[in-house]
Amino acid sequence: MNGASATPQVGPPLWLLAELTYRCPLQCPYCSNPLDFAHSGQELTTEQWVSVLRQGREMGAAQLGFSGGEPLVRQDLPELIAEARALGYYTNLITSGLGLTEAKVDAFAEAGLDHIQVSFQASDPELNNAVAGSRKAFEQKLAMARAVKDAGYPMVLNFVIHRHNIHQMNDIITLCERLGADYVELATCQYYGWAFINREGLMPSRAQLELAERQVNDQRQRLADAGSAMKLIFVTPDYYEERPKACMNGWGSLFLTVAPDGTALPCHSARLLPIDFPDVRSMSLREIWYDSPGFNHYRGDSWMPEPCRSCEEKTRDFGGCRCQAYLLTGNADNADPVCDKSPHHERILAARRAADHATAGLGELVYRNAGNSRLLFRG
Amino acid sequence: MKQIPRFRRGFRFQWEPAQNGYVLLYPEGMVKLNESAGAILNEVDGERDVEAIIAALQRRFPEAGDLGPDVREFLRDAGQQHWIEWL
Ligand code: SF4
Ligand code: SF4
Repeated sequence: MNGASATPQVGPPLWLLAELTYRCPLQCPYCSNPLDFAHSGQELTTEQWVSVLRQGREMGAAQLGFSGGEPLVRQDLPELIAEARALGYYTNLITSGLGLTEAKVDAFAEAGLDHIQVSFQASDPELNNAVAGSRKAFEQKLAMARAVKDAGYPMVLNFVIHRHNIHQMNDIITLCERLGADYVELATCQYYGWAFINREGLMPSRAQLELAERQVNDQRQRLADAGSAMKLIFVTPDYYEERPKACMNGWGSLFLTVAPDGTALPCHSARLLPIDFPDVRSMSLREIWYDSPGFNHYRGDSWMPEPCRSCEEKTRDFGGCRCQAYLLTGNADNADPVCDKSPHHERILAARRAADHATAGLGELVYRNAGNSRLLFRG
Repeated sequence: MKQIPRFRRGFRFQWEPAQNGYVLLYPEGMVKLNESAGAILNEVDGERDVEAIIAALQRRFPEAGDLGPDVREFLRDAGQQHWIEWL
Protein backbone atom coordinates (compact mmCIF):
# COMPACT_ATOMS: atom_id res chain seq x y z
CA MET A 1 0.00 0.00 0.00
CA ASN A 2 2.64 2.55 0.99
CA GLY A 3 5.67 3.61 -0.96
CA ALA A 4 4.87 4.35 -4.58
CA SER A 5 1.61 6.26 -4.17
CA ALA A 6 1.81 10.02 -4.63
CA THR A 7 -0.96 10.67 -2.11
CA PRO A 8 -0.33 8.24 0.74
CA GLN A 9 -2.84 9.94 3.07
CA VAL A 10 -5.71 8.79 0.85
CA GLY A 11 -7.48 5.74 2.27
CA PRO A 12 -8.91 2.92 0.16
CA PRO A 13 -12.30 3.09 -1.57
CA LEU A 14 -14.45 1.10 0.86
CA TRP A 15 -17.59 1.36 -1.27
CA LEU A 16 -17.83 0.41 -4.89
CA LEU A 17 -20.90 1.24 -6.96
CA ALA A 18 -21.17 -0.71 -10.20
CA GLU A 19 -23.66 0.98 -12.49
CA LEU A 20 -24.07 -1.93 -14.82
CA THR A 21 -26.25 -0.25 -17.43
CA TYR A 22 -28.24 2.89 -18.17
CA ARG A 23 -31.00 0.80 -19.73
CA CYS A 24 -34.21 0.84 -17.68
CA PRO A 25 -37.87 0.05 -18.37
CA LEU A 26 -38.99 2.94 -16.14
CA GLN A 27 -38.88 6.68 -16.79
CA CYS A 28 -38.67 8.36 -13.37
CA PRO A 29 -38.48 12.12 -13.84
CA TYR A 30 -35.94 12.34 -10.97
CA CYS A 31 -33.57 9.71 -12.31
CA SER A 32 -29.95 10.41 -11.37
CA ASN A 33 -28.60 9.04 -14.63
CA PRO A 34 -26.98 11.64 -16.88
CA LEU A 35 -29.32 13.55 -19.20
CA ASP A 36 -27.33 12.36 -22.21
CA PHE A 37 -27.41 8.66 -21.20
CA ALA A 38 -28.73 7.75 -24.64
CA HIS A 39 -25.37 8.81 -26.10
CA SER A 40 -23.31 6.79 -23.64
CA GLY A 41 -20.66 4.45 -25.06
CA GLN A 42 -20.61 0.65 -25.04
CA GLU A 43 -21.23 -1.16 -21.76
CA LEU A 44 -18.37 -3.00 -20.11
CA THR A 45 -18.23 -6.72 -20.84
CA THR A 46 -18.59 -9.39 -18.16
CA GLU A 47 -14.81 -9.90 -18.07
CA GLN A 48 -14.23 -6.19 -17.66
CA TRP A 49 -16.69 -6.00 -14.75
CA VAL A 50 -15.09 -9.03 -13.11
CA SER A 51 -11.72 -7.31 -13.35
CA VAL A 52 -13.15 -4.14 -11.78
CA LEU A 53 -14.62 -6.18 -8.92
CA ARG A 54 -11.33 -7.99 -8.29
CA GLN A 55 -9.27 -4.84 -8.32
CA GLY A 56 -11.72 -3.03 -6.04
CA ARG A 57 -11.74 -5.82 -3.51
CA GLU A 58 -7.95 -6.03 -3.53
CA MET A 59 -7.82 -2.33 -2.70
CA GLY A 60 -10.15 -2.84 0.25
CA ALA A 61 -13.69 -2.23 -1.03
CA ALA A 62 -16.17 -4.16 1.14
CA GLN A 63 -19.57 -2.77 0.15
CA LEU A 64 -20.67 -3.32 -3.42
CA GLY A 65 -23.80 -1.95 -5.07
CA PHE A 66 -25.13 -3.18 -8.39
CA SER A 67 -27.29 -0.43 -9.81
CA GLY A 68 -28.09 1.29 -13.05
CA GLY A 69 -30.41 1.98 -14.89
CA GLU A 70 -31.97 -1.33 -14.10
CA PRO A 71 -29.21 -3.86 -13.35
CA LEU A 72 -31.55 -6.79 -14.06
CA VAL A 73 -31.29 -5.92 -17.72
CA ARG A 74 -27.78 -7.39 -17.69
CA GLN A 75 -27.95 -11.09 -18.48
CA ASP A 76 -24.64 -11.71 -16.70
CA LEU A 77 -25.93 -10.43 -13.34
CA PRO A 78 -25.95 -13.90 -11.65
CA GLU A 79 -22.36 -14.41 -12.72
CA LEU A 80 -21.30 -11.02 -11.37
CA ILE A 81 -23.10 -11.66 -8.08
CA ALA A 82 -21.36 -15.01 -7.64
CA GLU A 83 -17.98 -13.46 -8.39
CA ALA A 84 -18.62 -10.59 -5.96
CA ARG A 85 -19.65 -12.93 -3.17
CA ALA A 86 -16.64 -15.19 -3.71
CA LEU A 87 -14.41 -12.13 -3.42
CA GLY A 88 -15.96 -11.31 -0.04
CA TYR A 89 -18.05 -8.26 -0.90
CA TYR A 90 -21.29 -7.46 0.86
CA THR A 91 -23.40 -7.35 -2.26
CA ASN A 92 -26.43 -5.07 -2.69
CA LEU A 93 -28.78 -5.14 -5.65
CA ILE A 94 -30.61 -1.87 -6.22
CA THR A 95 -33.57 -2.51 -8.45
CA SER A 96 -36.93 -1.18 -9.56
CA GLY A 97 -38.21 -4.76 -9.28
CA LEU A 98 -39.15 -4.77 -12.97
CA GLY A 99 -37.78 -7.83 -14.68
CA LEU A 100 -37.41 -9.62 -11.35
CA THR A 101 -39.05 -13.02 -10.84
CA GLU A 102 -39.28 -15.34 -7.86
CA ALA A 103 -36.90 -17.73 -9.62
CA LYS A 104 -34.33 -14.95 -10.02
CA VAL A 105 -34.72 -13.88 -6.40
CA ASP A 106 -33.87 -17.44 -5.33
CA ALA A 107 -31.07 -17.87 -7.87
CA PHE A 108 -29.42 -14.65 -6.70
CA ALA A 109 -29.61 -15.82 -3.09
CA GLU A 110 -27.89 -19.02 -4.10
CA ALA A 111 -25.20 -17.02 -5.91
CA GLY A 112 -24.59 -15.19 -2.61
CA LEU A 113 -26.46 -11.90 -2.97
CA ASP A 114 -26.75 -10.29 0.46
CA HIS A 115 -29.53 -7.79 -0.06
CA ILE A 116 -32.09 -6.55 -2.56
CA GLN A 117 -33.41 -3.01 -2.38
CA VAL A 118 -36.69 -2.49 -4.19
CA SER A 119 -37.62 1.07 -5.08
CA PHE A 120 -41.19 2.31 -5.10
CA GLN A 121 -42.54 5.56 -6.49
CA ALA A 122 -45.55 5.90 -4.17
CA SER A 123 -47.81 3.98 -1.76
CA ASP A 124 -50.63 3.42 -4.25
CA PRO A 125 -50.68 2.02 -7.80
CA GLU A 126 -52.10 5.10 -9.48
CA LEU A 127 -49.48 7.58 -8.37
CA ASN A 128 -46.68 5.00 -8.45
CA ASN A 129 -47.31 4.12 -12.06
CA ALA A 130 -47.79 7.74 -13.12
CA VAL A 131 -44.37 8.67 -11.66
CA ALA A 132 -42.65 5.58 -13.04
CA GLY A 133 -44.17 6.02 -16.48
CA SER A 134 -45.29 2.39 -16.46
CA ARG A 135 -48.75 0.88 -16.14
CA LYS A 136 -48.00 -2.32 -14.27
CA ALA A 137 -45.04 -1.32 -12.13
CA PHE A 138 -46.74 -1.20 -8.72
CA GLU A 139 -48.24 -4.66 -8.74
CA GLN A 140 -44.94 -6.13 -9.87
CA LYS A 141 -43.05 -4.28 -7.13
CA LEU A 142 -45.41 -5.56 -4.44
CA ALA A 143 -45.03 -9.13 -5.66
CA MET A 144 -41.25 -8.82 -5.75
CA ALA A 145 -41.05 -7.22 -2.33
CA ARG A 146 -42.90 -10.27 -0.98
CA ALA A 147 -40.61 -12.65 -2.88
CA VAL A 148 -37.53 -10.91 -1.46
CA LYS A 149 -38.93 -11.31 2.04
CA ASP A 150 -39.86 -14.97 1.51
CA ALA A 151 -36.35 -15.75 0.27
CA GLY A 152 -34.95 -14.56 3.60
CA TYR A 153 -33.19 -11.40 2.49
CA PRO A 154 -33.18 -8.33 4.72
CA MET A 155 -35.74 -6.01 3.17
CA VAL A 156 -34.96 -2.44 2.27
CA LEU A 157 -37.65 -0.44 0.52
CA ASN A 158 -36.75 2.85 -1.07
CA PHE A 159 -39.12 5.69 -1.85
CA VAL A 160 -37.93 8.79 -3.64
CA ILE A 161 -39.90 11.63 -2.09
CA HIS A 162 -41.06 14.78 -3.89
CA ARG A 163 -43.97 17.23 -3.82
CA HIS A 164 -46.36 14.75 -5.47
CA ASN A 165 -45.97 11.94 -2.93
CA ILE A 166 -44.69 13.61 0.25
CA HIS A 167 -48.26 13.71 1.60
CA GLN A 168 -48.24 9.89 1.60
CA MET A 169 -45.69 9.49 4.38
CA ASN A 170 -48.04 7.66 6.74
CA ASP A 171 -49.41 5.42 3.99
CA ILE A 172 -45.91 4.60 2.79
CA ILE A 173 -44.82 3.59 6.26
CA THR A 174 -47.94 1.48 6.77
CA LEU A 175 -47.33 -0.28 3.45
CA CYS A 176 -43.72 -1.00 4.45
CA GLU A 177 -44.80 -2.42 7.79
CA ARG A 178 -47.28 -4.67 6.07
CA LEU A 179 -44.57 -5.93 3.73
CA GLY A 180 -42.26 -6.56 6.70
CA ALA A 181 -39.49 -4.14 5.73
CA ASP A 182 -36.36 -3.93 7.86
CA TYR A 183 -35.34 -0.52 6.52
CA VAL A 184 -37.33 2.16 4.79
CA GLU A 185 -35.46 4.83 2.90
CA LEU A 186 -37.50 7.97 2.41
CA ALA A 187 -35.10 9.76 0.14
CA THR A 188 -36.07 13.24 -0.92
CA CYS A 189 -34.99 14.01 -4.46
CA GLN A 190 -31.47 15.23 -4.93
CA TYR A 191 -31.47 17.73 -7.75
CA TYR A 192 -28.99 16.38 -10.25
CA GLY A 193 -29.57 14.72 -13.60
CA TRP A 194 -33.24 14.55 -14.51
CA ALA A 195 -34.32 15.85 -11.13
CA PHE A 196 -32.44 19.09 -11.77
CA ILE A 197 -34.35 19.94 -14.93
CA ASN A 198 -37.58 18.93 -13.18
CA ARG A 199 -36.80 20.66 -9.91
CA GLU A 200 -39.68 23.11 -9.95
CA GLY A 201 -42.12 20.29 -10.44
CA LEU A 202 -40.53 18.05 -7.78
CA MET A 203 -39.34 20.15 -4.87
CA PRO A 204 -41.69 20.09 -1.87
CA SER A 205 -42.63 23.33 -0.13
CA ARG A 206 -41.33 23.99 3.36
CA ALA A 207 -44.79 23.41 4.78
CA GLN A 208 -45.01 20.02 3.07
CA LEU A 209 -41.56 19.10 4.34
CA GLU A 210 -42.25 20.13 7.93
CA LEU A 211 -45.45 18.12 8.03
CA ALA A 212 -43.63 15.08 6.63
CA GLU A 213 -40.86 15.44 9.20
CA ARG A 214 -43.38 15.50 12.03
CA GLN A 215 -45.11 12.44 10.64
CA VAL A 216 -41.86 10.51 10.32
CA ASN A 217 -40.85 11.44 13.87
CA ASP A 218 -44.22 10.33 15.24
CA GLN A 219 -43.99 7.07 13.33
CA ARG A 220 -40.46 6.46 14.65
CA GLN A 221 -41.70 6.93 18.19
CA ARG A 222 -44.60 4.58 17.58
CA LEU A 223 -42.30 1.91 16.08
CA ALA A 224 -39.85 2.23 18.97
CA ASP A 225 -42.67 1.91 21.52
CA ALA A 226 -43.90 -1.20 19.74
CA GLY A 227 -40.38 -2.71 19.83
CA SER A 228 -40.28 -2.82 16.04
CA ALA A 229 -36.90 -3.20 14.35
CA MET A 230 -38.09 -1.38 11.22
CA LYS A 231 -35.86 1.61 10.71
CA LEU A 232 -36.93 4.80 8.96
CA ILE A 233 -34.23 6.71 7.14
CA PHE A 234 -35.49 10.13 6.07
CA VAL A 235 -33.13 12.00 3.79
CA THR A 236 -34.32 15.61 3.81
CA PRO A 237 -33.56 17.92 0.88
CA ASP A 238 -30.49 20.05 1.46
CA TYR A 239 -32.24 22.92 -0.32
CA TYR A 240 -33.87 23.59 3.07
CA GLU A 241 -30.60 23.68 4.99
CA GLU A 242 -28.21 26.58 5.61
CA ARG A 243 -25.15 24.32 5.52
CA PRO A 244 -24.34 21.85 2.76
CA LYS A 245 -23.99 18.13 3.26
CA ALA A 246 -20.52 16.61 3.46
CA CYS A 247 -20.86 15.19 0.00
CA MET A 248 -19.70 11.55 -0.33
CA ASN A 249 -17.81 12.03 2.93
CA GLY A 250 -15.30 14.02 0.91
CA TRP A 251 -14.30 13.76 -2.74
CA GLY A 252 -12.45 10.53 -3.48
CA SER A 253 -12.36 9.47 0.17
CA LEU A 254 -14.62 6.39 0.39
CA PHE A 255 -16.76 5.99 -2.74
CA LEU A 256 -15.85 4.81 -6.19
CA THR A 257 -18.48 4.58 -8.91
CA VAL A 258 -17.95 2.86 -12.21
CA ALA A 259 -20.42 3.92 -14.91
CA PRO A 260 -21.77 1.49 -17.56
CA ASP A 261 -19.18 2.56 -20.13
CA GLY A 262 -16.26 2.15 -17.72
CA THR A 263 -15.88 5.77 -16.65
CA ALA A 264 -14.70 5.89 -13.03
CA LEU A 265 -16.30 8.61 -10.90
CA PRO A 266 -16.04 9.86 -7.32
CA CYS A 267 -19.85 9.94 -7.17
CA HIS A 268 -22.63 8.86 -9.48
CA SER A 269 -23.46 12.36 -10.69
CA ALA A 270 -19.89 13.69 -11.08
CA ARG A 271 -20.07 12.90 -14.75
CA LEU A 272 -21.79 16.25 -15.34
CA LEU A 273 -18.66 18.13 -14.17
CA PRO A 274 -16.26 19.52 -16.77
CA ILE A 275 -13.51 17.18 -15.58
CA ASP A 276 -11.83 14.37 -17.46
CA PHE A 277 -12.55 11.15 -15.60
CA PRO A 278 -10.50 8.01 -16.21
CA ASP A 279 -11.70 4.84 -17.89
CA VAL A 280 -11.27 1.44 -16.23
CA ARG A 281 -10.39 -0.02 -19.63
CA SER A 282 -7.23 2.03 -19.94
CA MET A 283 -6.06 2.41 -16.35
CA SER A 284 -5.90 0.18 -13.29
CA LEU A 285 -8.36 0.95 -10.51
CA ARG A 286 -5.44 1.65 -8.19
CA GLU A 287 -3.96 4.29 -10.52
CA ILE A 288 -7.41 5.75 -11.03
CA TRP A 289 -8.08 6.06 -7.32
CA TYR A 290 -4.68 7.23 -6.10
CA ASP A 291 -3.06 8.98 -9.05
CA SER A 292 -5.55 10.18 -11.68
CA PRO A 293 -6.08 13.94 -12.00
CA GLY A 294 -9.85 13.39 -11.99
CA PHE A 295 -9.84 11.75 -8.55
CA ASN A 296 -7.27 14.13 -7.09
CA HIS A 297 -9.06 17.22 -8.41
CA TYR A 298 -11.00 18.03 -5.24
CA ARG A 299 -9.07 16.11 -2.61
CA GLY A 300 -7.76 18.19 0.27
CA ASP A 301 -8.74 21.87 0.38
CA SER A 302 -6.09 23.78 -1.58
CA TRP A 303 -8.56 24.12 -4.50
CA MET A 304 -11.06 26.08 -2.41
CA PRO A 305 -11.82 29.73 -3.15
CA GLU A 306 -13.46 32.01 -0.59
CA PRO A 307 -15.66 31.80 1.42
CA CYS A 308 -14.65 28.16 2.03
CA ARG A 309 -10.88 28.75 2.01
CA SER A 310 -10.84 30.67 5.29
CA CYS A 311 -13.89 28.96 6.79
CA GLU A 312 -13.54 26.93 9.98
CA GLU A 313 -16.21 24.49 8.88
CA LYS A 314 -14.40 23.28 5.77
CA THR A 315 -13.11 20.14 7.44
CA ARG A 316 -16.69 19.20 8.26
CA ASP A 317 -18.53 19.74 4.97
CA PHE A 318 -15.64 20.06 2.46
CA GLY A 319 -17.48 23.02 0.93
CA GLY A 320 -20.46 20.82 0.03
CA CYS A 321 -21.32 19.18 -3.25
CA ARG A 322 -19.25 19.96 -6.36
CA CYS A 323 -22.07 18.99 -8.69
CA GLN A 324 -24.50 21.33 -6.96
CA ALA A 325 -21.94 24.14 -7.04
CA TYR A 326 -21.47 23.59 -10.75
CA LEU A 327 -25.15 23.32 -11.62
CA LEU A 328 -26.12 26.42 -9.65
CA THR A 329 -23.11 28.73 -10.08
CA GLY A 330 -21.44 27.53 -13.26
CA ASN A 331 -18.17 26.87 -11.45
CA ALA A 332 -17.64 23.63 -9.55
CA ASP A 333 -14.94 25.20 -7.32
CA ASN A 334 -17.43 27.47 -5.63
CA ALA A 335 -19.03 26.88 -2.25
CA ASP A 336 -22.18 24.80 -2.51
CA PRO A 337 -24.91 27.52 -2.67
CA VAL A 338 -26.86 25.68 0.02
CA CYS A 339 -24.43 27.39 2.40
CA ASP A 340 -25.72 30.76 3.55
CA LYS A 341 -22.17 32.12 3.38
CA SER A 342 -22.14 31.47 -0.38
CA PRO A 343 -22.64 34.60 -2.54
CA HIS A 344 -24.95 32.41 -4.64
CA HIS A 345 -27.24 31.34 -1.77
CA GLU A 346 -30.00 33.41 -3.39
CA ARG A 347 -30.42 30.61 -5.96
CA ILE A 348 -31.50 28.30 -3.18
CA LEU A 349 -33.81 30.90 -1.65
CA ALA A 350 -35.39 31.42 -5.07
CA ALA A 351 -35.97 27.67 -5.43
CA ARG A 352 -37.69 27.64 -2.02
CA ARG A 353 -39.95 30.52 -3.03
CA ALA A 354 -40.77 28.78 -6.28
CA ALA A 355 -41.69 25.63 -4.34
CA ASP A 356 -44.26 27.60 -2.36
CA HIS A 357 -46.09 28.55 -5.53
CA ALA A 358 -45.41 25.67 -7.91
CA THR A 359 -48.44 24.35 -9.73
CA ALA A 360 -46.93 21.95 -12.30
CA GLY A 361 -48.67 18.58 -12.42
CA LEU A 362 -46.93 15.27 -12.93
CA GLY A 363 -47.77 15.39 -16.62
CA GLU A 364 -45.63 18.47 -17.10
CA LEU A 365 -42.40 16.82 -15.96
CA VAL A 366 -39.74 15.69 -18.41
CA TYR A 367 -39.68 11.90 -18.16
CA ARG A 368 -36.41 10.02 -18.33
CA ASN A 369 -36.35 8.11 -21.58
CA ALA A 370 -34.14 7.76 -24.61
CA GLY A 371 -36.34 10.04 -26.72
CA ASN A 372 -36.10 12.92 -24.26
CA SER A 373 -32.39 12.25 -23.76
CA ARG A 374 -31.75 12.66 -27.50
CA LEU A 375 -33.98 15.73 -27.66
CA LEU A 376 -32.07 17.42 -24.85
CA PHE A 377 -28.73 16.66 -26.49
CA ARG A 378 -29.35 17.11 -30.15
CA GLY A 379 -26.21 19.26 -30.17
CA MET B 1 -32.21 -18.14 31.43
CA LYS B 2 -29.96 -19.26 28.57
CA GLN B 3 -29.63 -16.54 25.98
CA ILE B 4 -28.04 -17.31 22.65
CA PRO B 5 -27.12 -14.38 20.40
CA ARG B 6 -26.93 -14.67 16.65
CA PHE B 7 -26.42 -12.10 13.90
CA ARG B 8 -29.56 -10.59 12.54
CA ARG B 9 -30.51 -11.61 9.05
CA GLY B 10 -28.50 -9.61 6.51
CA PHE B 11 -25.69 -8.81 8.95
CA ARG B 12 -22.26 -10.15 8.14
CA PHE B 13 -19.24 -10.04 10.40
CA GLN B 14 -15.86 -10.33 8.75
CA TRP B 15 -12.19 -9.47 8.95
CA GLU B 16 -11.05 -6.74 6.56
CA PRO B 17 -7.29 -6.69 5.96
CA ALA B 18 -7.42 -3.22 4.36
CA GLN B 19 -8.94 -1.80 7.56
CA ASN B 20 -6.90 -4.05 9.80
CA GLY B 21 -9.95 -4.98 11.80
CA TYR B 22 -13.35 -6.65 11.99
CA VAL B 23 -16.32 -4.99 10.38
CA LEU B 24 -20.04 -5.57 10.50
CA LEU B 25 -21.67 -5.32 7.09
CA TYR B 26 -25.38 -4.83 6.52
CA PRO B 27 -27.59 -3.43 3.76
CA GLU B 28 -25.74 -0.40 2.43
CA GLY B 29 -23.84 0.03 5.67
CA MET B 30 -20.65 -0.92 7.45
CA VAL B 31 -19.39 -0.44 11.01
CA LYS B 32 -15.73 -0.74 11.79
CA LEU B 33 -15.47 -2.52 15.13
CA ASN B 34 -12.89 -1.75 17.78
CA GLU B 35 -10.75 -4.56 19.12
CA SER B 36 -12.94 -5.63 22.01
CA ALA B 37 -16.17 -5.44 20.00
CA GLY B 38 -14.51 -7.52 17.30
CA ALA B 39 -13.30 -10.10 19.82
CA ILE B 40 -16.76 -10.46 21.37
CA LEU B 41 -18.69 -10.67 18.10
CA ASN B 42 -16.14 -13.16 16.80
CA GLU B 43 -17.55 -15.59 19.37
CA VAL B 44 -21.17 -15.14 18.26
CA ASP B 45 -22.10 -18.28 16.34
CA GLY B 46 -25.80 -18.74 17.00
CA GLU B 47 -25.03 -21.83 19.11
CA ARG B 48 -23.34 -20.77 22.32
CA ASP B 49 -25.06 -18.72 24.99
CA VAL B 50 -23.70 -15.61 26.66
CA GLU B 51 -22.05 -17.51 29.53
CA ALA B 52 -20.22 -19.80 27.11
CA ILE B 53 -19.07 -16.79 25.12
CA ILE B 54 -17.76 -15.11 28.28
CA ALA B 55 -15.93 -18.29 29.26
CA ALA B 56 -14.32 -18.51 25.81
CA LEU B 57 -13.17 -14.88 25.98
CA GLN B 58 -11.89 -15.42 29.51
CA ARG B 59 -9.74 -18.28 28.21
CA ARG B 60 -8.45 -16.17 25.30
CA PHE B 61 -7.62 -13.20 27.52
CA PRO B 62 -6.61 -14.74 30.87
CA GLU B 63 -4.98 -11.51 32.07
CA ALA B 64 -8.07 -9.40 31.53
CA GLY B 65 -9.89 -9.90 34.83
CA ASP B 66 -13.65 -10.43 34.99
CA LEU B 67 -15.02 -9.82 31.48
CA GLY B 68 -18.61 -10.78 32.29
CA PRO B 69 -20.17 -7.36 32.94
CA ASP B 70 -18.62 -5.69 29.85
CA VAL B 71 -19.52 -8.54 27.52
CA ARG B 72 -23.10 -8.68 28.79
CA GLU B 73 -23.49 -4.92 28.40
CA PHE B 74 -21.99 -4.92 24.91
CA LEU B 75 -24.25 -7.72 23.73
CA ARG B 76 -27.27 -6.00 25.24
CA ASP B 77 -26.39 -2.84 23.27
CA ALA B 78 -25.79 -4.84 20.11
CA GLY B 79 -29.26 -6.31 20.57
CA GLN B 80 -30.80 -2.86 20.99
CA GLN B 81 -29.06 -1.75 17.80
CA HIS B 82 -30.60 -4.81 16.14
CA TRP B 83 -27.18 -6.12 15.04
CA ILE B 84 -27.88 -9.37 16.84
CA GLU B 85 -31.04 -11.08 17.96
CA TRP B 86 -31.72 -13.53 20.78
CA LEU B 87 -32.66 -17.15 20.34
S1 SF4 C 1 -34.59 6.24 -11.20
FE1 SF4 C 1 -36.26 5.21 -12.31
S2 SF4 C 1 -35.74 5.54 -14.49
FE2 SF4 C 1 -33.87 5.97 -13.32
S3 SF4 C 1 -32.77 4.04 -13.30
FE3 SF4 C 1 -33.99 4.08 -11.42
S4 SF4 C 1 -35.92 3.04 -11.95
FE4 SF4 C 1 -34.90 3.57 -13.87
S1 SF4 D 1 -18.27 28.54 3.54
FE1 SF4 D 1 -17.73 26.62 2.55
S2 SF4 D 1 -16.67 25.42 4.14
FE2 SF4 D 1 -17.74 27.10 5.18
S3 SF4 D 1 -19.70 26.22 5.82
FE3 SF4 D 1 -20.03 27.18 3.82
S4 SF4 D 1 -19.69 25.55 2.32
FE4 SF4 D 1 -18.83 24.84 4.27
